[in-house]
Amino acid sequence: MKTILTIIVVATVVLVAVGLLGAGQTKSGTIGFANGSALPGLTPKADTPEQAVTNLLNDVQKRRWDAAYGALSKTSGVDEETFREEWQGSNGSLRTFSNLEGSELRPVHATNDDAQIRARLRWTTPVGPIEDVRDFRLIREGGLWKVVWPKQQVANVPAQVVPVTYLRWDLVSGDGKDEWGARNIDPPHVRIVSMNAVNSAEGSAVMGEVVNEDTVPAFVNVGATLVDGGGNPIDDENSFDKIDHVLLPKQITPYRIDFPGIDLSKVKNVRMDIKASLVPASADPVIGVMNQKIDADVQGRSVLRGELLNQSGQTVNIPHVIASFYDNNGKVIWVSDGYVDRALLPETSEPFSVDIPRSLAGKVQSFHVVVNQYSLGKS
Amino acid sequence: MRRENHPGRGFAAAAKAAVGRESGSAAVNRCATQNRIRLAFYFCLSVALSTLSASISAAQDLRAPSAVTAGEAVSISTTGSGKATFYLVGPGVSNKSDVALGNEISLRGQDLRDAGQYFAILCSDSCHSASFFVAPAKPASLAFLVHPSRVPVAASDAVSGVALAFDQFGNLNLDPGTINFQLTAGKTSLLSRDVAAHDGVAWFRTTSGKSAGPLQVVASIGELSARRNVQEVASEPCNLRIAGQRTKDGLVVQTEPVHDCAGNPVPDGTIVSFTATDASGKSTVDAPIKHGIARAEIAASGPVVVSVASGVAMGNELHIGGGQ
Repeated sequence: MKTILTIIVVATVVLVAVGLLGAGQTKSGTIGFANGSALPGLTPKADTPEQAVTNLLNDVQKRRWDAAYGALSKTSGVDEETFREEWQGSNGSLRTFSNLEGSELRPVHATNDDAQIRARLRWTTPVGPIEDVRDFRLIREGGLWKVVWPKQQVANVPAQVVPVTYLRWDLVSGDGKDEWGARNIDPPHVRIVSMNAVNSAEGSAVMGEVVNEDTVPAFVNVGATLVDGGGNPIDDENSFDKIDHVLLPKQITPYRIDFPGIDLSKVKNVRMDIKASLVPASADPVIGVMNQKIDADVQGRSVLRGELLNQSGQTVNIPHVIASFYDNNGKVIWVSDGYVDRALLPETSEPFSVDIPRSLAGKVQSFHVVVNQYSLGKS
Repeated sequence: MRRENHPGRGFAAAAKAAVGRESGSAAVNRCATQNRIRLAFYFCLSVALSTLSASISAAQDLRAPSAVTAGEAVSISTTGSGKATFYLVGPGVSNKSDVALGNEISLRGQDLRDAGQYFAILCSDSCHSASFFVAPAKPASLAFLVHPSRVPVAASDAVSGVALAFDQFGNLNLDPGTINFQLTAGKTSLLSRDVAAHDGVAWFRTTSGKSAGPLQVVASIGELSARRNVQEVASEPCNLRIAGQRTKDGLVVQTEPVHDCAGNPVPDGTIVSFTATDASGKSTVDAPIKHGIARAEIAASGPVVVSVASGVAMGNELHIGGGQ
C-alpha cells in the first residue's frame, strides 16, 4: 500500500513537472504560432525571444502591468505609466474599451543578442474585432530576452484658447397645436451619386457614394435589397457603420453594404433605399486627412495610409476613417473603413491605415477619405 | 344620440394624409370613393326600411326639405293624426323621437352638421321614409399644404400647393368657387393665380424664385386666407474659386465668397472639400463655409496642386510651387 502511494505521488509530481515545462516551451523555428499562456502564477523564463513576447502579452492581457513593465529592457525609454497608457488607452479612445483577446507571433529575425518578433494582436472592441500588427524588438540582457519599448512621441500641445465659431444646427419640433400644414419641414434631400456591386471575399458588397444636396444636415442610412431572377428578394442589408451617417450640407460619404455568403451571379437586380432625416449637428470639429498614399504594410498588403489632423479644440475620442477607391473610369470599386484606436487630441495628428483588397489593389487609381467621429458626451 | 364618423371630416383627413404624396385630384378620387361607400350604406338602409314600410298599410306621410345646408335647422311636415315614431339617420347622427302626426317635425341644426345623405323615417301603424341631402355650409377654413418647405432657387416646377375649403363643421366644400394663390418673395410678387376648384380641390405648381430667402405663399377665398412659408435657398455653388499661400507649416487656402449661379451666397456650414497633392501624397480637408468663405490649413511641402469641390460642383485648381 505504501509503495503504491509513493508511486502515485511520484507520478503526479513528474506529470506536473512535464506539464509545466511543456507550457513554457516554445519550438524555435516555428513560423506563426498562437500565443499560449502558462499556468496561473507561473511565468516561464524568457529564454527565447518568442517566450519574452509571449510573457509580455500574457501580462498585458491579464493587466499585470508591473510584470509586463518588468519584461522591458532597461534601454527602453518609457515610464510605466506611458507604457500602461499605450496598452490601456486614454482620453476615451477605442483602446480604453478594448481587450487583448489573443495574438500570433512570427519571428522576423534573430541573432544571439537581438531579435525581432512580429505579433498579430487580436482585440475585442465595441465596434467588432480589430487586428493590429506590431513589431517587437528584443535584446538579451543577463541571459534573458527583454523587449525594447520605444519612447513614443507624445504631441505637446501648448495651453491655448481655441475659438469655436462654426455653425451648429438645432431642431425645434412643433407643439402640435399649429394649423395643419403650417409647420411641416421636409427631410433633407440626399442622393446616391454612385453605386457598384461586386463579389468580395466574404460574399458580395454594394458600395458607392451619397451626397447631401440640401442646406441642412442629414442623418443618412443606405439599404439595399438583392433580388433574384424571379423578382424575389434574396437578402437585404444596410450600410451599418460603413458610412458617415451625419452629412453636413454638400458633404459626400462613401457607403458599403455587405452581403455575406451571397454570390452576385445569383443576383439579377439590386434595389437601393436611402433614408434621410433631420438631425442636430455641428460643423465642428474639422479633421484634415493629410499625406494620404497607398503603399504596402509590413505584411506586404496594400493599404491606404495617412494622418488625421484635428484642427479644432475638441478631443475626438474615436476617429473612424472611411475611404472610397476609384478605378481609372472614376467608378467606386471598393470602400474600406478603419477605426483609429487612439483619441485625436486638439491640434494633433494620428496615423491611420485602411486595407485594400489584394485583388483590387492594382486597379485603384484614386481615392477619397472621409472621417467620421465619435466624441463622448455627444450623440 | 350617437355620433358616427361623418364624411366631411373623413374626406378632409384622408385628403390631408394624401396630399404631399399624391396629387390633389388623386386624393379627392380616393376620398370620394369612401364617400360613395357610405352613401351606398345609407341607401341600402333606406331600401330596407322602405320595404318594411311597404308591408304595412300607408296611413301617414312626410315631406322632406328639398335643400338643406349643414348646421341649419329645418322642419319636416307630416300628415295624418295620432302618435308616431320618427327616426333620423344621417352621416353623423342616428335619432329616435316620438312625434304627433300632422305637426311639423323640427330638426335641430346640430343634428345636421355633417354634409351628406339623410333619411327621415316615420312609423305609426305603417312606416314611410324620405331622404334629403345636406350640403356643406360656406367655406370657413382653408386647408393649405405647400411643398417643399425648402427649395433651391430657380428650380422649375419645384413649388406646389394644394388648398381645400371646409365649412365650420369640417365638411369639405366641393364647390367653393375660385381660390387665389399668391407667391411673394420680399416685396416682389412672383405669382398671382386664380384657380377654380375641382371637386373641392385647387392647386398650383410653379418655379421657385431667383433670390434666397423666405417665400410667402398665400391661398385665399373670399375673406379666408391661409399663409405658408417656403425657404428659398441657394442652389449649387457656382464658379468656385480658391486662392492660397504658403505658411511655415504648409498651406492656407481659402475660397472667394461662395455663391450659386444666381449670385445667392451659399449658406454657412456648407462643406467645401480642399485637396492638396504633393510628393508626399494627397491631403484633404472638408471645411465648412463660414461668413461666406471656406478656409483650410493643409500640411504640404514642395510643389503642390490644390483643387476644390463642394458637393458635385468643382472649382479651379491652384498650382503652388515649392519656392513660393
